[in-house]
Parts: sequence; C-alpha cells; structure tokens
Amino acid sequence: MKREGRGGNYLTMLAVILAFALGVEAQRRGYLNFVRQNPGDIYRLLIQHLQLVFISGSIAVALGLTIGIVLTRGFIRRYREMTLNMLGVCQTVPSLAVIAIAMTYLGIGRKTAIFALVVYSLLPIIRNTVAGIFQVDPALVDAGHGMGMTSRQVLFKVEIPNAMYIILTGIRTAIVINVGTAAMSFLVGGGGLGDLIFSGLAMVDAGLMLAGALPTACLAILLNWSFERLENLIISPGIPRGE
Amino acid sequence: MIELNHVTKIYPGAAQPAVDSVSLTVPEGEICVFIGPSGCGKTTLMRLINRLIPLTSGSISVNGQDIMSLDPIELRRHIGYAIQQVGLFPHMSVRDNIATVPKLLGWTKAKIDERVNELLGLVNLDAREFRDRYPRQLSGGQAQRIGVARAMAANPPIMLMDEPFGAIDPINREVLQDEFLRIQEKMKKTIIFVTHDINEAIKMGQRIALLNEGRLVQAGPPDTLLKRPANEFAKSFVGADRVLKRLNLLRVKDAMILNPVHCLDEDPSAKVLEQMINNDLAFLIVADRDLRLRGYVNQYDLRGHKGVVADVVRKLTLTVSPERNLKEALSQMLSYDLGILVAVDKEGRIQGMLNSTTLSALVGSTYDERGGHWGRITAAGRIL
Repeated sequence: MKREGRGGNYLTMLAVILAFALGVEAQRRGYLNFVRQNPGDIYRLLIQHLQLVFISGSIAVALGLTIGIVLTRGFIRRYREMTLNMLGVCQTVPSLAVIAIAMTYLGIGRKTAIFALVVYSLLPIIRNTVAGIFQVDPALVDAGHGMGMTSRQVLFKVEIPNAMYIILTGIRTAIVINVGTAAMSFLVGGGGLGDLIFSGLAMVDAGLMLAGALPTACLAILLNWSFERLENLIISPGIPRGE
Repeated sequence: MIELNHVTKIYPGAAQPAVDSVSLTVPEGEICVFIGPSGCGKTTLMRLINRLIPLTSGSISVNGQDIMSLDPIELRRHIGYAIQQVGLFPHMSVRDNIATVPKLLGWTKAKIDERVNELLGLVNLDAREFRDRYPRQLSGGQAQRIGVARAMAANPPIMLMDEPFGAIDPINREVLQDEFLRIQEKMKKTIIFVTHDINEAIKMGQRIALLNEGRLVQAGPPDTLLKRPANEFAKSFVGADRVLKRLNLLRVKDAMILNPVHCLDEDPSAKVLEQMINNDLAFLIVADRDLRLRGYVNQYDLRGHKGVVADVVRKLTLTVSPERNLKEALSQMLSYDLGILVAVDKEGRIQGMLNSTTLSALVGSTYDERGGHWGRITAAGRIL
C-alpha cells in the first residue's frame, strides 16, 4: 500500500529540513538545555504518560466496543438516528470540562485522570462502532441470517469485519486525542508529560515547556502511524479503504 | 417438497395481511416461481419458508416436516438462499464466501476446497482464477454466479431464490438463466424462485404462482397461466401478448402437422400435376423414398413436363428441427417470407410441417385461409 507518490516524499523532506532548522534555532536560544541536563526526568514522565494513555485507552476500547455493539442490537437499533446524534453532542464537551467534572467527584490523583481520559476517549470509539455497524449493507446481514448463521455469528463474522475500518479509525482518533488530553492530567495530579508543559507555561520557561511538548507531539504522531500499519494488517483486503 | 397450508402473515399494526391464506404445493425437483407486482407478498411468502419472518397462522412443511418443529438455524442451513443484492461478504474471498454454509456445518478443509472447485466449475468460472478474488474484483454477472454457487454449497435439497438475476443486464441475465436451467437439469432441486418478470417466470418455472395483494390468484404450469388466465388481473399481468409468449413454451413438434401431403421424387410429373389440380394445390413438398426432403414443386413447373418430379424439383433450404421452440420457428418463417416450414430430423427426413394455419389454430385464433396454397396442405400423406 504505497499511497504517497513523489509529492509525499517532497513533503517529508521539507518537514525534516524544517524540523532541523527549528532544532538549530532552539539550540541557539538555549531551549534544549533542560532536555540535556534532565533526560531521566523526561524519561520517567514519558513512561507515566504512556501508562496513562495505555491504561485509559485499553479500558476505553473494551468499554466502547461493548457499548457500541449493544447500541446496535435489538430494540435499541430502532433509535439509530437518535443514538448517533446524542453521541455527536457528547463529543462537543471540552476535555478540560470532563476532567474538571471528574475531579469534583473523585478528588485528585491518577485514578481521576484515568477516569476522565476513559470517558473522553469512549465517545469516538462508541460513535464509530455504532456508525460502522449501521453502515454495513443490510443485504449482508440478511444473507448471513438466511444461510443459517446465529445472531452472534452474523455479528462477529459479518458485521464487525465489515465495520472494522470505521471502528479502527474511531479507536485511532480516540488514542491520538488521548495522548494530548493526557497532558492535562497534571492538573488533577495524574502526572505525565503535562508536568513539564504546565510548569514551563507557569514559569514562562520555553525550554521546560518544549521538553514536555515535543515528546507528547512525537508520541501522538508515532501512535497514529502505528495504528495505520495495524489497520492494514487487520482489515481484509477485500474492503475498500478511505473516503 | 414444500407444502404451504393456509399460510398467513400479518405484520404488527398492518391493516391487511401481507400474505393471506395461501395454500400451495411445490413437488420435489420442480422450480416454482412466485410472481406478482411489487408489494404482492411474494418475497414475504418466500422468507416465511426459512423462518426469516415468523408465521402468523397456517403451516408450512418442508419434506414432510413442519418448519415450526425444526430449529430455525438448522433449517436455514439446509435451505439454499440467494438474493437479488447477492450479499457476498466483501471481506471474504470467493472461496470463503462459497464455504460459508459448509463451514457452519463443520466440513473439513479438504472437503470444502474440493466442493468450492466443483461449484466454480458448475457456474462456469475458472477455479484457479477466481477462488482467491474478493467480491469487489468481480463483475455483476460473476458475483451473481458466485451467489448461486454459495447457495448450493452444502448441496441443499431446497433453494429459495429472490430475484437472483434481477440486477443484471438483459443479455447476461439470459445467459445466467440458461446456465441455471442446465444446472437444475442435473441437480433436480426443489426451488422457490421469486421474480416480477413474467418472461423470466415463464422461462424458469415448471409451475407459476401468481400473487396479488397477499392472495394467490392462480397457480399452475406456465402454459395454463397463459392459455387460461383465471381473472382480469391475471390476464393483464401476463400481458396482451400472452399468445406470443406461449410460442416460447411450445416446440415445433407440438404444433407440426405429421405426415404432410407430399409426392416422391420418382413420381411421374403428369400424374402429380393432375392430383395437385384435383386437390387445388399450387405447391407440393417432394421427398425421396426414405422420406428425406428434396424440395418442392409448383403447378407451373410440372405443366407439360414428361419425366419424373426429380427433374424439376426446387430446393427448399430453410428447415427447422422439431425440438426448436415455436417462437424461433415463427420468426424464421416471417423473416424469410416462407409460407411453410418443414421440420426435419438430423438425417434430413421429414418429421412434419408448420404453416400459418397450424400456428394460428394452435394459439387459438380462428383465422380462415381462403384459396390458399400451402395452407391446403393437410395430414394426408403421399398424394398419389
């Protein structure tokens, strides 16, 4: 699957040159001093950050898929428009508000942070699971039932494989956003790279801020990229990509 | 065998039943076509048989067993199912699509592979080329073929087909219909075939069940439906050209005059002419001793001729096989402006003869030919 042609190559080259130039400039201004002097701190916070993302992400995926599937079963299926609209509205609540609300009930600490991250990642996963299963051609479901598949077999062998592209896009979106949102868990004492970013902001120390922001950005890009690879592995080549 | 007994389906909240007390028997090995305008209940009736839609009242039995006494999942695995949208699973290869039911039934991989190859051959697709393709790499006709192959995968004795060739252009549809009839010839399955196309119904069905507003209007062989439509609705549904449609169902041998009047090529011309004048015949078919067609002669050719008929016979090149259908025969007669068409077997021996009188008598018209020439030829045998 080589989608990017020459244009992609030029863009990549441009990005590398730009990043290099920015790095040189940052070095000249002394922004990178903190990074050089405290690699251990950054490493420790990065691991914390990753833990936040992976724990909340796993819970969100498990919960989101389950809830999404339940929303497409039985009588709830009839309220498909309503379900999708409601999920859309929930998605517009800002992440900071979710974290603030979680804190008022759970106090501060890592659990609060994870809870808020789970809640916030759930929505795109549920939404895409529901949308993905609903867009499966009803003729496929009819064919499945007509040939004697049980409802469970229709779900796992027909509906989910055909909804997989949209479901995985939802999970990828959720995880990537999660990386950014996890930076805010510093605000409720959850740790992570947000420590550096917010301290940097408070102290107007660009070096400190960059030491948090750069790894966060890289992590988001890296995860996005790995998920794209994963999609190519998981989704059947019979299903057309994209739109 | 499928037996429907006062089958009724009323959807919750609906004013009138979708299917209203339909009773019908489909004998083993026959194709029964459900036909009617859209909304007549034909698809509903079909889906009641494999319990995709629950029955309101009445009973259905399949091979002697009441379907309500069977597990619906188990029932469906033993009834082939093909639909208009085909419904091939896009995420599965052709092989896996065909293998759907065999896998559900727990067949071994080797047995499945063998069956897949066999079925692909049956529907005229090269197994090596197609088994690993995905549905999106198939044309419409190829996908329909795979759909039919998938429905037959576990060799079910009964098949339900809901407009299986509906989404295909007319030329390919003809090809698929012919192929399917050829397969059915061998397989002898009991098939419910839903369509809204009367021509398809006449072609495919040994039996046609015409439905309207949930009720069974008429059920019987296609010929009966065309010859004696039960009421005004049936008459208008089969169309004003129902007489011509019947021609499609009949073969030349059903309509031809056996042993038509003729002379032999060794008969003396003078005598033949005399008989022709006596019988008011302008033309006469000429055969040899073995009744092989030699051609024809007219009175003008024979007048004053001293020898035998063989010397003056004119060639009659266009003939027809008794197995051809009447519509093609008629079309040949019309396009070559022939008054008659002689039916001959492979060796060229005269089997019988068609003319406009026999055709119109057959399809029910009271056309009376006066002073005719070829029209006077009757089943009289040799003229001398």
